[in-house]
Amino acid sequence: MKFKLTFWRAVFIVAMGLGLYSTFIRFFYGLGAVSNMSDQFPWGLWIGFDLLCGVMLAAGGFCIVGAVYLFNVESLHSVVRPAVLTAFLGYVLFIVGLLFDLGRPWYIWHQLIYMNPHSVMFEVGLCVMSYTTVLFFEFLPNVFERLNMKTPIAWIKKVYPVLIIMGILLSTLHQSSLGSLYLIMPSKLHPFWYTPALPFLFFGSAIAVGLAMTIFESTQSAKAFGRHLELPVLVQLGGALLVALWVNALLRFEDYFHRGMLGQIIKPSYESYFLWLELTLAFVIPITMLSFRKVRLSPNGLYLVSISTVLGFITNRLNIALTGFETYVGHHYMPKWTEFSVTIMIVAAGFALFGLAVKYLPIFPEEKHSPKQRLATETVPAVETAVLSHAGD
Amino acid sequence: MSKAILYDATICIGCKQCEAGCAQQNQLPYNDKVAAESVQSEHKFTVVLTKDDKFMRRLCMHCEHPACASVCPVGALHKTAAGPVVYDVWKCIGCRYCMTACAFAQPKYEWQSLNPRIRKCIMCPDRIAAGKQTACAEICPTGATKFGERDDLIKEAQDRIRQSPSTYLPRIYGLNEVGGTSVFIIAAKNVEDYGYPASAKLGDTPMPEYTGRVMERIPDFIPVWTLVLGGIYWVSHRRDEVAAAEAQEKAEEKNGGAR
Repeated sequence: MKFKLTFWRAVFIVAMGLGLYSTFIRFFYGLGAVSNMSDQFPWGLWIGFDLLCGVMLAAGGFCIVGAVYLFNVESLHSVVRPAVLTAFLGYVLFIVGLLFDLGRPWYIWHQLIYMNPHSVMFEVGLCVMSYTTVLFFEFLPNVFERLNMKTPIAWIKKVYPVLIIMGILLSTLHQSSLGSLYLIMPSKLHPFWYTPALPFLFFGSAIAVGLAMTIFESTQSAKAFGRHLELPVLVQLGGALLVALWVNALLRFEDYFHRGMLGQIIKPSYESYFLWLELTLAFVIPITMLSFRKVRLSPNGLYLVSISTVLGFITNRLNIALTGFETYVGHHYMPKWTEFSVTIMIVAAGFALFGLAVKYLPIFPEEKHSPKQRLATETVPAVETAVLSHAGD
Repeated sequence: MSKAILYDATICIGCKQCEAGCAQQNQLPYNDKVAAESVQSEHKFTVVLTKDDKFMRRLCMHCEHPACASVCPVGALHKTAAGPVVYDVWKCIGCRYCMTACAFAQPKYEWQSLNPRIRKCIMCPDRIAAGKQTACAEICPTGATKFGERDDLIKEAQDRIRQSPSTYLPRIYGLNEVGGTSVFIIAAKNVEDYGYPASAKLGDTPMPEYTGRVMERIPDFIPVWTLVLGGIYWVSHRRDEVAAAEAQEKAEEKNGGAR
């Protein structure tokens, strides 16, 4: 195989190089040297993005599995495998990210022997460990199929209902519990984001983002791997996303209304700018766009909607984890470049692994249509598509 | 029989002997440079602050229902029967949830270490077990920091305020905040002026209750939700099975008729 240096490959190499340098700093000079975290800001970008956003972005797995296997939405069958793959990779990478953030990662197994059932963190940890195992088994058939091993597939098929129900149960628990993590900080977290409804909001946003991510992935993969784009699937996901966004928006409104915050959130302040950004990206833009039939039926429109939704909810979680504490602490927190580079390295590794898996495993169904029927995805902006398509080379 | 500390800011002379005693007890470096530091850190568990010639001490409040202990996934922090909230470094995995959860921002971290620990005042549990006072109380030349039985100290604080109402603000910080603590502060100035979180903001609810309300539902939620999910699965797949069976029956009838 001849190695050809393309733009995205160069980006990938640079991301990996800087990430490895930061990894060296992290494990040979400590958390203080690699990050801008401090006694005032003990949780930084790695908790805000890698943990809170990572788990949310991987929610597509349980959303799609639930829709297809629990509610028998047969038409979404073709996106189950990519969604499960994304979820599995997402959780594995999230655990890798956690090893950077934990001060004493070599004792992570203490979770299993010194259990504190009162701790939300303990519950999240246990659920994430179990759910990653469940995802591993949901993912395994891809490997067995590739190796032409029929017996183990039959075994997994037998326990599949149990895997599905466990997967959704565990996801419900830890997706909402990520919000519960912040329930104990009423005097620290800004009232824009501190609410007793946090667990519900986190669960709701996980479903919206799960659907949006599935749209994003399908479009992106279609572009990257030159695959046929199944428009009916996207249209269905778009409809579900619109409902999920409305439910989320109503929850948020109800919450602000009942806590008498409506007057405050429209007043300009440092926090409200971030709140407006979040609400615009997560609700105003996607809901407005999806209200047009033309957008709901257009792959490009749905693609933009999914990007806006994902960015909006990422902003939401970063606001909860970072912005919401700045007033309490009294100064701003800006991650060090080494913190960013670790996160970027992990994300880049995710894209590369996704590309490898698609190349070597039967993730997407066999192409049934002629290239002529391919939808015009060419205009779709290529973000990291090239990394995807070349990662396996 | 729970122990506690009463700090009376009005008789504190700002000599910082408590800082030195604490450093010695916990084998921390202490010199002029450390003495000049006005923030708590991984090498300074207690600090004496000055404002308008009035002093104020900061240290771990040793809550009756500590948030740090309730959030720790591995139970590395816990409240002992004797009063102190202590730390077991062996269990700690370094998630720093205790730091974000503590309303008084007391746990500090060894950011520069490759095997970092949480550091905070642990109220000298070894000394208490040996029947002695905490190092800070023992060294205090004026008795501004007083160690004793929690109930006795509450009474004493109330008496002092009653006897000289012109000297003290009529409040005992730590009596009701976050459900009560094991460190009480009485002073002529508001503790909030020295960076303590405001009583109104803290409330009287023990912090663990905020998450406890959700966590206690989980044991019931798991079986109920499993049944609901299983039920949905069964119903939607049963529908398919029935449809398949009906289709087969129809097909058989047709075949039979054709024969």
